[in-house]
Amino acid sequence: MEFYLSALVLSLCLGAMSMGVFISMRIFNIPDITTDGSYTLGAAVTALLLVQHWPVYIVVLISMLSGSLAGICTAFIHTKLKIDALLAGILVMTGLYSINLIIMGRSNIPLINLHTLFSYIQIFPHSIYNTLATGIIIIGAFAILLWYILLTDFGIAMRATGNSSSMTRSLGINNNKMKIIGLAMANALTALSGSLVAQYQNFTDINMGIGIVIVGLGSVLIADALRIWFNIVAIGAQIALVIAGSFIFQMVLAVTLSLGVDPNILKLVTALFVLLIVALPRVKNVLKPNE
Amino acid sequence: MNNRAMIQLEQVTKIFNAGRVNEITALNNVSLQINEGEFVIIIGANGSGKTTLFNTIAGSVIPTKGKVFIAGENVTFLPDFKRSKYIARVFQNPFDGTAPDLTILDNFRLAALRTQPKHLTIGNTTAFKKRVREVIARLNWGLENKLNQPMGTLSGGQRQALTLLMCIMDNTKILLLDEPTAALDPKSAEIILNTAQHLIQEYHLTAIFITHNLKDAQQYGNRLLQIHEGKLVRDLDATAKQKVLLQNMYEWFG
Repeated sequence: MEFYLSALVLSLCLGAMSMGVFISMRIFNIPDITTDGSYTLGAAVTALLLVQHWPVYIVVLISMLSGSLAGICTAFIHTKLKIDALLAGILVMTGLYSINLIIMGRSNIPLINLHTLFSYIQIFPHSIYNTLATGIIIIGAFAILLWYILLTDFGIAMRATGNSSSMTRSLGINNNKMKIIGLAMANALTALSGSLVAQYQNFTDINMGIGIVIVGLGSVLIADALRIWFNIVAIGAQIALVIAGSFIFQMVLAVTLSLGVDPNILKLVTALFVLLIVALPRVKNVLKPNE
Repeated sequence: MNNRAMIQLEQVTKIFNAGRVNEITALNNVSLQINEGEFVIIIGANGSGKTTLFNTIAGSVIPTKGKVFIAGENVTFLPDFKRSKYIARVFQNPFDGTAPDLTILDNFRLAALRTQPKHLTIGNTTAFKKRVREVIARLNWGLENKLNQPMGTLSGGQRQALTLLMCIMDNTKILLLDEPTAALDPKSAEIILNTAQHLIQEYHLTAIFITHNLKDAQQYGNRLLQIHEGKLVRDLDATAKQKVLLQNMYEWFG
């Protein structure tokens, strides 16, 4: 049971990144690979400051700011230098690997016996329930905040930017400015995710972000499939589906591991699972072209 | 209509791919003044420079030479999203003027804020919904009862009509219509052009309407311009335009 609860906690921690990928991919229609770098950046900054005993809420805030800076770099390269968003993300992600190493000073930092966000709630006798409650509160708060932002006039302008750039320009919206703000928000959430995972797992590793974007992508694709299936339009429900997507994704991985699959091929399972989500509707079209 | 210049082009030239083998002079030393309240129809063959002229006014194209003024302000280098404080547009493609994933209400909310900052406050209030319902109800299509429906679920004609209505949500001065009925069936086209004409009169708008349909060119507007090879070759005022026969216009195209 605790194994699955751990997967649930991890899915909540990664839910922040999924919300970030939702912003970049679904709201702005930008394939942002910066995620791999900004996720580790959030964890690296968290490790650096936690071991120096900075207050944890300031640590998380600085981690998110560092992530947003990474997003701004990608957006700046994309919008101002007119370089393809995918390449811009790859460039920043590559650069961040070295920056993260410089921040950490070594490839791995343990965070044992340090005061983290997960140390605050001590209500339940089993620590996993306290951790779970903390995760629900943090991710719930950020989900509600994101929901509110996307419902505001500014949020509507953000959503329109990735949807119809000609329309937004004709309505006085600076698309480039919106993309910069959007990628800053997306990568701040990704860095939050990295920070939470580092605090939950009690260590930061330089390679922890490699391929992590696929987890966010998979969560958003699962959410997309559910959104289309249930014909959901409301933006709040879409955010909830993204978090649910993150949960489903982690549960699939947990079940895979519990079936005795070699952990070394977990990334392959992850990739195949995402491929399955993307390919299923297409396979259906190939098999029954007249439907 | 009065003689106050709303749009002025001073010796505007636009050259695409300058210095290359595929160099094109889309506009050649064009000077033009459009006064407040005028409803100008622009005709011309494909490649004559109509759309470039249109985009130069809208701000999507920056001229190679010359100046552009709107309401007396030099806007030559002002990008399109900043010119939107003066200009509302209806695009040729019905899908360009609205955001498909956003609801009808959200699309109208953005249109209502065209000249204003978009704050972190929720603006889709009951009063705003009532206002949007009233605006949309003039179409008599029942869309006022579907405000929470995504724009992408509507037909091209419905979306184009709503784009047109979105133009009047924030006190625009200039309405640019870029072949707005080119992709629509005749019935929808008629509704949209009649609605446009009513809005232009009701809100005292200065309007420019590009069209390939010579019947529409004859029926609508109070000034007619013809562009040929990047130059204004014909400029008829309301009186002269009324005397022009459809046959005459066909002959202008050679």
